[in-house]
Amino acid sequence: MSDFTLAYAAAAAALIGLMAYAVLAGADFGGGVWDLFATGPRRRLQRQAIADAMGPVWEANHVWMIFVIVVLFTCFPRGFAALGVALFVPFHLALLGIMLRGAAFVFRGYDERAAARQRRRHGQRSTVWGAVFGVASLIAPFLLGAAFGAITSGIIRVAAADGRVSYVTAGAMPWLNLYSVSCGLLALSTCAYLAAVYLTAETQDELRDDFRRRAIVAGTVTAALAAAVLVLARSEATWFFHRLISPQAWPVLAAGLLCFAASAWAVFTRRYHLSRVFAAGEIVLLLLGWGVSYQPYLVYPDITLVSSMAPRATVRFLLATLPFGMAVLVPSLWLLLRVFKPTLVAPEGRSDRPSS
Amino acid sequence: MALSLAFHMVFAAVGIGLPFMLVIVEAAHLRTGRPHYKRLAQKWAKVTGLLFAIGAVSGTALSFELGLLWPRYMKIMGPVVGHLFALEGYAFFVEAIFIGLYLYGWDKLSPRGHWLCGVVVAISGALSGWFVLGVNAWMQVPVGFTRDAAGAVTVTDPRAIFKQAGWVYMAVHSTLSCYISVGFAVAGVYAAGWLRGKRDDYHRAAIVTGMAVGGICALAQPLSGDLLAKFVFRTQPAKFAAMEGQFKTEPRAPLRIGGWPNVEEGRTDLALEIPGGLSFLAAHDSSAVVPGLESIPRDRWPNVHLTHAMFQVMVGLGTLLMLLTVWFWWTWWRRRGGGALENRWLLRAVLAAAPMGFVALEAGWMVTEVGRQPWVINGVMLTRDAVTPVGSVGPMFVGFTLLYVVLAATTIVLLRALRSDDTDPAPQDVPAATPAMAAVPS
Repeated sequence: MSDFTLAYAAAAAALIGLMAYAVLAGADFGGGVWDLFATGPRRRLQRQAIADAMGPVWEANHVWMIFVIVVLFTCFPRGFAALGVALFVPFHLALLGIMLRGAAFVFRGYDERAAARQRRRHGQRSTVWGAVFGVASLIAPFLLGAAFGAITSGIIRVAAADGRVSYVTAGAMPWLNLYSVSCGLLALSTCAYLAAVYLTAETQDELRDDFRRRAIVAGTVTAALAAAVLVLARSEATWFFHRLISPQAWPVLAAGLLCFAASAWAVFTRRYHLSRVFAAGEIVLLLLGWGVSYQPYLVYPDITLVSSMAPRATVRFLLATLPFGMAVLVPSLWLLLRVFKPTLVAPEGRSDRPSS
Repeated sequence: MALSLAFHMVFAAVGIGLPFMLVIVEAAHLRTGRPHYKRLAQKWAKVTGLLFAIGAVSGTALSFELGLLWPRYMKIMGPVVGHLFALEGYAFFVEAIFIGLYLYGWDKLSPRGHWLCGVVVAISGALSGWFVLGVNAWMQVPVGFTRDAAGAVTVTDPRAIFKQAGWVYMAVHSTLSCYISVGFAVAGVYAAGWLRGKRDDYHRAAIVTGMAVGGICALAQPLSGDLLAKFVFRTQPAKFAAMEGQFKTEPRAPLRIGGWPNVEEGRTDLALEIPGGLSFLAAHDSSAVVPGLESIPRDRWPNVHLTHAMFQVMVGLGTLLMLLTVWFWWTWWRRRGGGALENRWLLRAVLAAAPMGFVALEAGWMVTEVGRQPWVINGVMLTRDAVTPVGSVGPMFVGFTLLYVVLAATTIVLLRALRSDDTDPAPQDVPAATPAMAAVPS
């Protein structure tokens, strides 16, 4: 295999990992958002539904990010190091958010299970943990989205000689400009939309209507933000904007937007399982479109996939382990989903056994 | 860096050791159907879940840190054995999936299926530890690549590391030490409860399980330690000599117990010496020649004081734990069960031993790492050449230290909450010892 093929195969693995992370863990972040904004008479039930949906799967979902990091770190060490230096603050704040979120979730989850068991008070502490959980869920996707904005706009420069990283613009947080912020908000609202759509498929009756309304709100906001990001990209990341509308990329992106529209239509017309499929498809296609537009760069404009690739033997070894790794992981994930998400594996045969 | 590793290692040890104990108590529940075993398993499962979540983050931060602070080291390590991290990733992934099944599947899986999920968690946890140790074993005895005159690395064999014997010795030694740390910590924490009058089946089962797991592993540990020491003797004479405080190259080298190396005079003072002991341990021949530090250029010596002292701490604590194990089970056997739990002095000793396994674990790790200095990759790259050339290490270091302070604080807060939150009668919970331990080596 040529260097080119190897680099693109590894990048494709990372992109697929990123898609899985966005589709699965994105909804977990969104769940945190709706937990924070739980309102109305069914507030407690909403939170319970979110906790039931996320609890068993969120740790496995989170590991997709570790998968992406490992692939980047093993296959593109130079690019990974540059990203790590340039986006040190947002990455670590996001990590902290992810950790706090996980910990808060575990805690509150146990608290509530104990409460449900004993029909006891809804204690003070669990609401504190709830707030930590919600706020951390806002921070992490926002920062990761902002990081996306920073790398596409080309504000990060890497010196060819010693790999020294600098920014084009000055300031305390050069990664936080208007364009990055809108990318971050878009990521956040997309997560919220995804979560609301998934939750409509996992709840019933009035609770389902609650999440349906939320999906409609989040979908509208997401559409508006997506338009804003496109407009801003024209001036802030001109090269990227031209890539987005290039003949390789636009059909994929258009298909993604169609999926988005289809999922919104499905929510509107109460076809909940269909809307879930379309919403996941939207994320996958949009990320694919992003990847097609962004290649061959890893950090625009100084680091490309091929230029930062690790020695071929290493990349080849990693790619060779993928089928074996997947042979273990896919059945495990299937088992996880079959046990906890029966509606996803067999949409008609509902078996919501009450826990004894 | 050392701080983050020391911190992460405590989580790793708990992540490997606690699922193993979980599997044992849940098996006991399956066999006997007695409820206190299940309560213990549920309690420990919470701790495992919590520490897994935090350990995952500290591990992710660690991988960033490697790239940021040690770019030149990464340039060699990344290509040659970076793929071990990918394998670790798979093991970690499996662990995460099955932790989800385990934590939330109590009512959804059959009891046996649930237990099997626990087994998978324990195995994949140990496996991910093994893969990371592979990288460390490679730093001790690097294989699988060549370098040209300019220092450019050519990877010749990404699989060479899998044939490196030191890895197996290190892996066995470290896995046992995780079981020892967690076993004695659990026994000690519940012994505290027992001493305060919480004399129920729940506490009894926890103490007995901890003493059994920790004890068996403590008794087996010298065997794996012996194999590992012989490997170090063959491959890293400088480290071996520093561990043992051996300055002269001599036949019939004595085994030194305790003592303080006197680097100027080239001897180890105040040690209890067993003539020929070291030669025997190193080569199964009490007249064998052991190369001393004098055979190695002065600027290639590790820190002899630290290496020797930490080695003595590790071996000393290991010996104490073995003695405690013998005392406990002897009393237990003589009085048919209850005896060991009636003896308050014995229980106080068990309580005192709670942190010993972790201290020994960290000390052993320091022997491995400090003993390899001044090399970061033995014989290939000096530590001082590996550090980042960029001037911004200062702020980054502050950033990482802050992150770990926040992590440690969160852990303590969460564990305290877990301790008091509960429906079961354990007033003091397992990892109360953990945050304290995290602070020890820093």
